[in-house]
Amino acid sequence: MNEAEIKERVAAFLGEHDPGGDRLAFLRARFDAGLAWVWFPEGLGGLGVARELQQVVERELSGTPQINTGVQGIGLGMAAPTILAFGTEEQKRRFLRPLWTGEEIWCQLFSEPGAGSDLATLATRAVRDGDEWVVDGQKVWTSGAHHARWGILVTRTDPDVPKHRGMTYFVCDMHAPGVEVRPLRQITGEAEFNEVFLTGVRLPDDLRLGEVGDGWRVAQTTLMNERVAIGGAPVRRGGGMVGPVLDAWHAHPELRTHDLHQRLLALWVEAEVTRLSGTRLREQLAAGHPGPEGSGMKLSFAKLNQALSGFEVEFQRDLGYDDWAFRRSEDVDFYGRGPGYRYLRAKGNSIEGGTSEILRNIIAERVLGLPSEPRVDKDVPWKDLPR
Amino acid sequence: MTLLYSEVEEELRAAVRGLLADRCPPAAVLKRIESDPYDLDLWKTLAGEIGVAGLLIPEELGGAGASASEVAVVLEELGRAVAPVPFFTSSVLATQALLPTGDALLGELAEGRTTAALAVSFAASPYRPLRGSSVRIEDGRLSGTVTGVAGADVADVLLVPVDGDLYTAEGAAVELVPSLDLTRPVATVTFERARARRVGACDLAAVLRSGAALLASEQLGVAEWCLESTLAYVKERHQFARPVGSFQAIKHRLADLWLDVVRARAAARNAVADPSPLSVAVAQSWNAAVAVHAAEEALQLHGGIGMTWEHPVHLYLKRAKAAEIALGTPGDHREALSSLAGVPGPE
Repeated sequence: MNEAEIKERVAAFLGEHDPGGDRLAFLRARFDAGLAWVWFPEGLGGLGVARELQQVVERELSGTPQINTGVQGIGLGMAAPTILAFGTEEQKRRFLRPLWTGEEIWCQLFSEPGAGSDLATLATRAVRDGDEWVVDGQKVWTSGAHHARWGILVTRTDPDVPKHRGMTYFVCDMHAPGVEVRPLRQITGEAEFNEVFLTGVRLPDDLRLGEVGDGWRVAQTTLMNERVAIGGAPVRRGGGMVGPVLDAWHAHPELRTHDLHQRLLALWVEAEVTRLSGTRLREQLAAGHPGPEGSGMKLSFAKLNQALSGFEVEFQRDLGYDDWAFRRSEDVDFYGRGPGYRYLRAKGNSIEGGTSEILRNIIAERVLGLPSEPRVDKDVPWKDLPR
Repeated sequence: MTLLYSEVEEELRAAVRGLLADRCPPAAVLKRIESDPYDLDLWKTLAGEIGVAGLLIPEELGGAGASASEVAVVLEELGRAVAPVPFFTSSVLATQALLPTGDALLGELAEGRTTAALAVSFAASPYRPLRGSSVRIEDGRLSGTVTGVAGADVADVLLVPVDGDLYTAEGAAVELVPSLDLTRPVATVTFERARARRVGACDLAAVLRSGAALLASEQLGVAEWCLESTLAYVKERHQFARPVGSFQAIKHRLADLWLDVVRARAAARNAVADPSPLSVAVAQSWNAAVAVHAAEEALQLHGGIGMTWEHPVHLYLKRAKAAEIALGTPGDHREALSSLAGVPGPE
């Protein structure tokens, strides 16, 4: 399918469905027409065509009801590609449609108090009981769990084998008895994320994603998609975090200094070359030759956001903060609120979704082929690891 | 517009890379630099057999009628080899100055029989095109000097821009000065009432801008070699009973360097796909600094051997640092972005 054909399809769709009518009905119809994520298979919100055509669809439908990419971010960026890759036909049909329309919000139950960067050390247990699994443990940094209907969950199902081999991946019913979500207040004052306590939570076996013991491989799919989702979004020139900084720069000529000007120009260049390498990466994907550049996108995104938001606080000389009141976030808005908020929130960009240090290790080992550091934990059964 | 390489470009790359691997390994470049830096035999083969000299010249004038993006691929390869050939100075800078005139000299340049140099300081920029030049014309004769002219010592023809016109001159004095970059020496060119022929009009700032766009690809090539050689070295060199490259302190520096090079590739491709003043300024302010940084990291991560004359990394450091100053420093290009990108300074 080419650009003209997809445009025709969108036009036909708009002929049948009024964007001014019921929002949810419109979004459901858009999914059913295969115009949700066009590169997904038919019947699952897509048309099985080139991913690049999605941009055409977005342009054509820009004036119509939109999904909320903020609060739906984890579902769209991490859960959906994992379900598509590892889910059964039944799971795909059950979960993808309400995930995309936003009727069901998703969260990601990966990190634990003892397992962050070393995720494969996790201790949340799932024990089989007939057709069900009984889950006990604690997760942490779970963004949006307070909105979530479903979670993607990695658990330990076999403590007697080395850590990477004894894990199993589930879809967790966040409304099941034994799931308790407690807010964690972060340095901005608000609580985007949570601790999640899982006590005797019973999950039917048909909520398992992938084979028993294959959870690490399933989780890798989630994590790869997470990094692309965080750092790989297309931006226009002067968009992203450099946008609000430029707006402030134009609005306050009286605050400009020569030193700040030099630094802003350097940051502008870095933002632009980062944007261009994102464009190049998407061209490679469209041509069917995914390059390794994707591994670097999240790293550069974090570094730039932190440099730019730090710059902005200094430029505006605003040592205040808009509001420290504890609040539950509606969705994650990197660019919202004031410069003080952006500065503090951006600190998380080099931690969430893989720390910058872990990403550098991944680039060094998988892209550059450098040897790994000696590993003392690789062949030891999980239960014998020091914790 | 695309930032990817075409198949034709990859074929051209393979041809140039193969020839350079045979004829121009770093050891050979090292051997030449103190006596006769330019490898004119290699240049003859590159120009004659692969046909690089005429890439930018239209077919009706004897060239290949190729585009800047093919020239850019050749420059990446020449950068990777710090090849001592006058491609950039003759087939890029001088040729671009000559192209709008349609002069018959282009035919000779296309064949590689003749090489030319633009009598402009390598430190001039699109923003200060006449930096280092005091040449003027009186009664059809040129007088004055130009400092820091790259490629002048091997050029058969000097092209001299004066007051918006391009001249060829006879009897210029070309005096080599000690250059930082041993593989692309610079000279002081002096004219004393030299007889001149007007070739046509010349928009020197535009010539230097398109030169700067392409120089970004040579800088990318330099950075790529530095990264790749360093990777090979740290995988092989052992200390504390394991490869140096297994230490996180080293891995993280190389991961960051790789990310800089990835972005330099995007910037270089963008500067040839869309040679607007903004794209060129972005590519130059990023790539010039990345090439220098890559060479500096390469030197450091090679340890003591990196500091020796025998190891070729210094050739790359010298090329990178000299190219950083050439055709505008990163600072000059960033300053230009102030108005190009709409980031005005203090009022």
